[in-house]
Amino acid sequence: MKIGVLISEGPYTHQAADTAFKFVTAAIAAGHEVPRVFFYHDGVNVATRLSVPPQDERNIQQNWSGLAKEHGTDLVVCIAAAQRRGLLDENEANRQGKDANNIADGFRISGLGQLIEMGIQCDRLVTFGD
Amino acid sequence: MSDVKKFLYVNRKAPYGTIYALESLEVVLIGAAFEQDVSLAFLDDGVFQLTKGQKTDGIGVKNFSPTFRALGDYEVTKLYVEKESLEERGLTEDDLQEIMYEDEDDDWEEKPSIRIVSRAEMADVMADQDVVLSF
Repeated sequence: MKIGVLISEGPYTHQAADTAFKFVTAAIAAGHEVPRVFFYHDGVNVATRLSVPPQDERNIQQNWSGLAKEHGTDLVVCIAAAQRRGLLDENEANRQGKDANNIADGFRISGLGQLIEMGIQCDRLVTFGD
Repeated sequence: MSDVKKFLYVNRKAPYGTIYALESLEVVLIGAAFEQDVSLAFLDDGVFQLTKGQKTDGIGVKNFSPTFRALGDYEVTKLYVEKESLEERGLTEDDLQEIMYEDEDDDWEEKPSIRIVSRAEMADVMADQDVVLSF
């Protein structure tokens, strides 16, 4: 089955990004396809490479970046939600005249159309949030 | 197989205080370009999103409630509002904005987009969907 995933709550504050990670890992192991994960609302904060959690805690961003590297999962961060919350890739940082970018490996910033497209193309869309 | 899916956007939260309602509406507006069969549901505190006379000057955020009246232009014409959620909050249909659309299949007659449904009917609306996005 082709499964699309939406994450709509922020890392560490909320369980959503952790549970979604376990779900996606299990789904792929069971032979399902997870072509894309879409990050919305505070979920976009998963994508910052500048988070430094204590060493004895899981690193949520690195979990996801590792998954993208291993399985080619398309990790898409909503541009409108990202810009409000200070998540920028190199292009956006230049375009907005900012002095830094912070998007982690494996993530890309794109539009909400990618969420709708995922809903159209996947057999199921599973939301992790409140 | 038809490539049009039934999308339902479920709005459960008050319009201000958190960003969920505004960012839900942003998905609806972008999603309209994909020509899917779109419905919106309003339940729990989500029914407050449609109330008329919203004034947000005092809290320094944008009043986005007029945008709901433009949804008809995006061919988003089915706004299901749960009757019990209204009643539990002391609201009636008269407290909601008038939201109309022009029915292209009926000589462009103006019709109301808001449909008040019972909790049981809302369950049927949800069961009928392909994709449910809950905010």
